Amino acid sequence: MLSVEAVSKTFGGVRALRSASLSCEAGEILGLIGPNGAGKSTLVNAISGVLKPDTGSVGLAGKEITGHGPEHCARAGVARTFQTIRLFRDLTVRQNVEVAHITCRAVRPDVAARIGVDRLLAQYQLDGFADVPAGTLSYGSQRRLEIARALALGPSLLLLDEPAAGLNEDESETLAVAIEGIRRDVGCATIVIDHDLRFINRLCDRLCVMDQGQVIASGQTEEVWRDPRVIEVYVGQSETS
Amino acid sequence: MDYALQQLLNALAFGAEYSLVALGLAVVFSIMGLVNFAHGEIIGVSAYSVFLAAALGLTSPIVAVLLAIAAAALAAIAFERVAFRPVRYAPTTTGLLTAFGVSIVVQNLFMLLISPKPQSVSILNGLNQMWFFGPFAVSSLQVMELVVSGLTILALVLFLNRSTLGLAIRAASRDFATVRLMGIRANRVIATAFAISGALAGIAAVFIIARRGSVSPDLGFSLVLKAFVACVIGGFGSLPGAAVGGMLLGFIEVGLLVALPQEYGGFKDALTYVIIVALLVYRPEGLLGQRVELGDKEI
Repeated sequence: MLSVEAVSKTFGGVRALRSASLSCEAGEILGLIGPNGAGKSTLVNAISGVLKPDTGSVGLAGKEITGHGPEHCARAGVARTFQTIRLFRDLTVRQNVEVAHITCRAVRPDVAARIGVDRLLAQYQLDGFADVPAGTLSYGSQRRLEIARALALGPSLLLLDEPAAGLNEDESETLAVAIEGIRRDVGCATIVIDHDLRFINRLCDRLCVMDQGQVIASGQTEEVWRDPRVIEVYVGQSETS
Repeated sequence: MDYALQQLLNALAFGAEYSLVALGLAVVFSIMGLVNFAHGEIIGVSAYSVFLAAALGLTSPIVAVLLAIAAAALAAIAFERVAFRPVRYAPTTTGLLTAFGVSIVVQNLFMLLISPKPQSVSILNGLNQMWFFGPFAVSSLQVMELVVSGLTILALVLFLNRSTLGLAIRAASRDFATVRLMGIRANRVIATAFAISGALAGIAAVFIIARRGSVSPDLGFSLVLKAFVACVIGGFGSLPGAAVGGMLLGFIEVGLLVALPQEYGGFKDALTYVIIVALLVYRPEGLLGQRVELGDKEI
């Protein structure tokens, strides 16, 4: 489904990505983890077309989408949420979802007919707030709305950038169940970035660990946690902090 | 009573015209963050299109009105494609300088290709007649300005609130980068915003030609400065703010003309700006603008 091959990106003198590669299959949940500054969000930005990689390629379902720009990537099937919530705060909850559904209706009409705005709102317990401005929702509801809006694109790849940030344990568990529901109902490839390792371990089929712009380990969750480089990054970090 | 009614109509008509032009500026600014000072030259292109068509034998005022609006919309789209798209992601100062550049280039083209002097255009004079209602005489043009501007603003509101493209434009005006991540085509949204902006300028051009009966290279420039002020009063980027700001500016100007003794009439513009500055001291974000939350920086 998603194939990222040797992607590099430099900002001035900083090498944010160094030949990073990963893949994610349909129906799979991949955890993308690493310390702050590891390059996770830069990689997500490269996949979603926000950044153009200096070298390397990004392919989705066999089609090259490298550096094609965010609207092209979204139309190709890439949907994402953000570390800091980016809703259209004074548009209503329904309108937020409808904006993404416009694209889905245009490029994937069969999927658009199946998912439907009302259905998404109900699925994410937002139907009671459909006509209120998105900015008035509670933090947890705003997180759910971001996911509902991303799903309204009818994506084949869903990128969730720190979806559990700021949520309490119960809310994180609810979110994890919802993301598993996406795998079951939508079947898209899902990449989850998060610092909450318990949330990541509970949710993800595979892990991909980044450090200093490089992918240092990837594989099954248990296997990755036994990798000496991953132990060094995480345990070494906790010792110094 | 007759005098008061006439002045009220004056204020409403001026205000409606400022609102139309201010809305054109605000539509583009809300999406691109661009203060398009070349908006006046879109009015100019529209007016000169009517002038040229009349010179070539056009006699129908209805066709002239449609031509004015279409020419303005096309000019706005062309300005975006040729001048503003290449600097879309550049700093806002670059966009501002580009707008001034386009304004100067187009004004000079009018001077070089047509004439630096005002040119007479009489095709729309029929719009400017006196209508008599019992003891009251009102200008048909002012009534039309008011009614057409009101209907245009209503149509714009309906388009933005009821159509899919309108929703995309509203979302883009809040967060353009996120809208692109929703798969909404940036070029389409921006071109539509410029087309709307141009059409509003075209309607304003019709009223200007009908009132003045002539066109000149700097036709729209001073009006755009007024519209800019209207946008600031209303809150820059706010579409309702632009409409309200334009109307308020019309009322302030006409109110001062009425209130000031004749020998002090020359102070009208200065006093207008004093009132506006006082208003902005009280509400720096404009009447309908949103206060930016500065957090700790407010201290």
